[in-house]
Amino acid sequence: MVVQALKDQGVEVVFGYPGGAVLPIYDEVFQQNDIRHILVRHEQGAIHAAEGYARSTGKPGVVLVTSGPGATNVVTGIVDALMDSIPIVVLSGQVPTFMIGSDAFQEGDTVGITRPCTKMNWLVKETDKLAETIHQAFHVATTGRPGPVLVDIPKDVQFATGTYVEKPKAKTDHYKPRVKGDIDAITRLVEMIETAEKPVFYTGGGVINSGPAASQLLRELAEATGFPVTSTLMGLGAYPASGKSWLGMLGMHGTYEANWVMHDCDLMINIGARFDDRITGRLNAFSPNSKKAHIDIDPSSINKVITVDVPIVGDVGHVLEDLLNIWKARGRKVNREALGRWWKQIEEWKSIDCLAYKPSSGSIRPQHAIARLEALTKGMDRYITTEVGQHQMWAAQYLGFEDPNRWMTSGGLGTMGYGLPASVGVQIAHPDALVINVAGEASWLMNMQEMGTAMQYRAPVKQFILNNERLGMVRQWQELLHGERYSSSWSEALPDFVKLADAFGCKGIRCDNEADLDDAIREMLAYDGPVIFDCLVEKHENCFPMIPSGNAHNEMILGDVDTQGVIGASGAVLV
Amino acid sequence: MSPLQIKKGSSKHSAYDLRDPNAEVIETHTLAVSVDNESGVLARVIGLFSARGYNIDSLTVAEVDHLGHRSRITVVTSGTPQVITQIKAQLERMVVVHEVHDLTVEGPSVQRELALFKVQGKGEHRIEALRLAEIFRANVVDSTLESFIFEMTGTPEKVDAFAVLMQPLGLTEVARTGVAALARGKK
Repeated sequence: MVVQALKDQGVEVVFGYPGGAVLPIYDEVFQQNDIRHILVRHEQGAIHAAEGYARSTGKPGVVLVTSGPGATNVVTGIVDALMDSIPIVVLSGQVPTFMIGSDAFQEGDTVGITRPCTKMNWLVKETDKLAETIHQAFHVATTGRPGPVLVDIPKDVQFATGTYVEKPKAKTDHYKPRVKGDIDAITRLVEMIETAEKPVFYTGGGVINSGPAASQLLRELAEATGFPVTSTLMGLGAYPASGKSWLGMLGMHGTYEANWVMHDCDLMINIGARFDDRITGRLNAFSPNSKKAHIDIDPSSINKVITVDVPIVGDVGHVLEDLLNIWKARGRKVNREALGRWWKQIEEWKSIDCLAYKPSSGSIRPQHAIARLEALTKGMDRYITTEVGQHQMWAAQYLGFEDPNRWMTSGGLGTMGYGLPASVGVQIAHPDALVINVAGEASWLMNMQEMGTAMQYRAPVKQFILNNERLGMVRQWQELLHGERYSSSWSEALPDFVKLADAFGCKGIRCDNEADLDDAIREMLAYDGPVIFDCLVEKHENCFPMIPSGNAHNEMILGDVDTQGVIGASGAVLV
Repeated sequence: MSPLQIKKGSSKHSAYDLRDPNAEVIETHTLAVSVDNESGVLARVIGLFSARGYNIDSLTVAEVDHLGHRSRITVVTSGTPQVITQIKAQLERMVVVHEVHDLTVEGPSVQRELALFKVQGKGEHRIEALRLAEIFRANVVDSTLESFIFEMTGTPEKVDAFAVLMQPLGLTEVARTGVAALARGKK
């Protein structure tokens, strides 16, 4: 019945790991060919792979795990999906209903543990309700603000036979999130767009979650109005990096121009973002002189941290469509003259060239490694995943994303160990595409067992590891904020990544100087199979620009290119 | 390296802006929340309050519509206007929640709670307790030679006032249901 429900929901791939309490479902999976099961090496890998699958396809990711430890091992991924609004359906086995509460073998209170970190979860005690609950789970996970859901299925419920309810007949209850925005509010926003002198579009993951049409509408809107566009980490790719209105990412490690635009603007249009603390910096200094509009499908995101002037609850795609129509009908007006002055100012900020880095004298600068990766893979059918840390920020800064759903990273939760399993999930969804996980060596080690999964399913994922033998971002904060006391932030006793690749049966490449870098990257790209690329980079490089803790957008640190790379002389300057 | 200039009001070691939580007035609101009557729903709603640091001053819950499978949660909460708005928005988006009504702002409402008081004493104290109970329209629902249990229904303020008066007369235990509330009028 579970498998039938999944088929009805159009599920093609399930990521999972078997165990005692899910054996009846695995038995059914074995006896059919419509749904492909990907056996991971650790349940956390399953859920991150499902996240990668979901983010790169727009379809829900499905995870199948056993009771107790199987379920607890996916909790990190569930929280990750909740923070980043990723549609995930977790099916977990549970001990038989008559044993629940008896501390049975591999029993855990799965619905209790996951209640605060799922959008909704269910313990199914009657087989007759199983199919309907699974259909409901998919409905809840994929509509409104997407998120993770969990269905806990006791083993006796899996064995029993019951009445199957088809998808269309399953009641979806009262849960119907609002998708159309309030027309009056949209009209008010149009009026503000018509007169704004220093506007900006601040876009987020909501644009991508809304579907490709929303990204298309955003592009049309940005093109037609000539307003500058910046994006959060989660929203990269919604507006193309090559677009003429693009300012780069904003926030703690965003570009100088993006953050100054946010600070100085007079109209901020937030489209599917949530004023995260990494974006806003110090709240009482956040964009002090602007009117703010906020488009979000989740009413609780509005006025949560920043009070806005025009709140619009609705799906980004629907709202942008209405917005464009109304704006066009009213004569496509914008304040061209003021916009010209605004862009002139923006060009000045851009001329600072905040992402510039000092050329190296031999060893590889991590920024350069990413920049070369970008240059050598530009235009390819490329998907990027990342782990969490400095490399993640450099990837966001130096890689250009032209399309949505091409960038998979753990934003809200910042889960180290996300990237490798996510890259496997992406590659399963897009077998012929180039999938690269930009990693740091410390994050990568957290879920490195998933190379086994990549090998088993011939997923030719490229693991591009920026190896600085440090927990780079932790080290950077210790340098800047904790008096250079580097407590537990170096990677001692690292494995030999090339030998590790050998052990897994894939290709290992090591590169430690800039002269060989391009050839090494080409070698990685040319290899037909998984590659672990050990890129030895500068050990003490800091990630700039940076808005330090509790500072405002106009108080960024730009790295001092002359002294970077030397402990104790970061040359941090306030601007 | 040059030391960072960290602004006042922010934590040196945190990215978060630590604002003064007492900067705004604290309001008390009574919310009526209609939810699915399923196991785990109450835990989900309470979990929202604890996870996000909202206050619960009182909370009552019971099934109110057996056929429709609905329960009604009446929760009295306090916070700044912004927090109250957030609480409502967070409740409204929950899958198990059908409706949220803020009885404090949606017009006049009737708010009642039931309380039981055990009062021990002899002689004058006993008589005084009975006299006050009459004034407060509390009923005696259990009696021994040395104790009474009074039952009273009223607003939380009335219950508070009665408890204060009973204190010197031998009040030993109080049980309160928390507030149940309905909006006045036809709606």
